This record gives sequence, C-alpha cells and structure tokens, in this order.
Amino acid sequence: MTSIQLDLVDDDAIRFQHNLVQAVAEIDALGVAIDITALEVVDSFMARVLNDTASMVRLMGAEVVISGVQPHVAMTLVEMGRDLIGADCTFNLEQALARLNERISARGDAMAAQGAGNANYYLG
Amino acid sequence: MPTITWDEIQAVQETADIMRARTAAKRHAAALGFGLADQTRLATAVSELTRNVLLYAKEGSCAIAHSTTDGFTGITIRVEDKGPGIGDLNSAMQDGYSTSGGMGIGLPGSRRLMDHFDITSSPEGTCITFGIKKRNG
Repeated sequence: MTSIQLDLVDDDAIRFQHNLVQAVAEIDALGVAIDITALEVVDSFMARVLNDTASMVRLMGAEVVISGVQPHVAMTLVEMGRDLIGADCTFNLEQALARLNERISARGDAMAAQGAGNANYYLG
Repeated sequence: MPTITWDEIQAVQETADIMRARTAAKRHAAALGFGLADQTRLATAVSELTRNVLLYAKEGSCAIAHSTTDGFTGITIRVEDKGPGIGDLNSAMQDGYSTSGGMGIGLPGSRRLMDHFDITSSPEGTCITFGIKKRNG
C-alpha cells in the first residue's frame, strides 16, 4: 500500500517509482495499491510515471490498483488525452485493497494461499 | 492588442520551478474566482509547458497576468524560452508526436485544456501564450 501524500516534483516521482519497485521485490508483494488522493495536478509526465510504475509492478508479478483520482484531475486527464492512465482505478484506498484481495485470491497461487504480509510505504 | 502587465514573472531553470510555476498559476486563478476544475486545467497546462522549457531549452520563464474586460475575467500565462525552437510545429501540435521519447501529449493536450492558446517558435526561441476566461457574475 503506497500513499502519495503531497504533490510531487519530477525527481520525487522518479524516486517514488524506484523505491516502490524495490519494495515490491523485497517483500515479494502480491499486490500494490497506489493512492493519489493528494495529487492536485497530474500532468502527462506524472501519468506516465504512474503507468510505467504499474507496468513494472505487473511485470514483477504483483497486482496493481490506483485509487483516489480527484474529480478535477480525472476531468483534466481526459480532456488532455484519452487513456493517459491505463491502470485499474478505484474510488478510494479501501476499495483498492478489496479489489486487490479479490484479484489475488482469484489467482489462487501458492503464495496467496500462504497469506501475504502487509507493508505500508508512504512517500511525502 | 493592449500591452499586458504581468503580475508575476518566474524563472524556469530546474524541475522545482515547474511546481513553483504551476502553484503560482493555480493561486492566481483561485484569487480571480476560477473554480477548482479551471485551476487544475491551468496548473496542468503550466506544468506541461514549463517542463518542455527544461526539456528542450534548458531555461526560460513563466509570466502570469490577469484581465477584467467586457464582463469577462481572464488569466493569461506566457511561457517562453530562447531555446532552439520547434522544428516542425504542425507535427508538434499533433497527439503522439515527440522528439524526446515522451507521450507527445504536452502541447496538443495543453491546447485542448485552454480557452486560448497561441504559439510562436523560431530558431531564436519559443513563446506560448495561453489562458482561460470566465464570464463575470
């Protein structure tokens, strides 16, 4: 579970991506929820960082859900260009965790059966 | 066109300036009574275009002005640089065109977000003037 707590400058966004991917590897994460409620502006750069992060996490074998896209951010992203964020989204973090749990159980792999640990990782 | 009086002019030299510029634009828009959706559209366009300055010209500036005429309140932003200019402006205004490996959405996307958008570019530099307006009352 990662929660972005403030608007990020570009270098922070890249650092976030790097740290998150490292953390996923370290704890063999089964799922990642990225909450962006605090992001007041998501431009094409930030959208790309989020998309790339989601792709990296998926490549490593974990599920990804993004939550908390603000209404004005959603409006701006769609006006700017379709499909800027391709990852699965939910309204809030609670729903994101529920969605992750569903997907992880649906996978039914051995690791999921063992039960996963939870690591909270905050940036900001 | 009347001479524009700039309320704030800021240098764009490092990535932190992108955040400073867009935060300033948002603050000015809020002070003029623009809603959150408009503030966000403006801040996002400023973010895209000031990043282009760093990406393609290394440095430049971002100026903010307001206008209240003919029953409209407007906010105008000018982002300019003395970089090498945009070689193929027509292509640069199309979705998906990028010479830097980006998504190619910055310029066309910003134009879609704004009520007015004007760009001039030459080998001496690039100047983009854009903004939003709303009817008073």
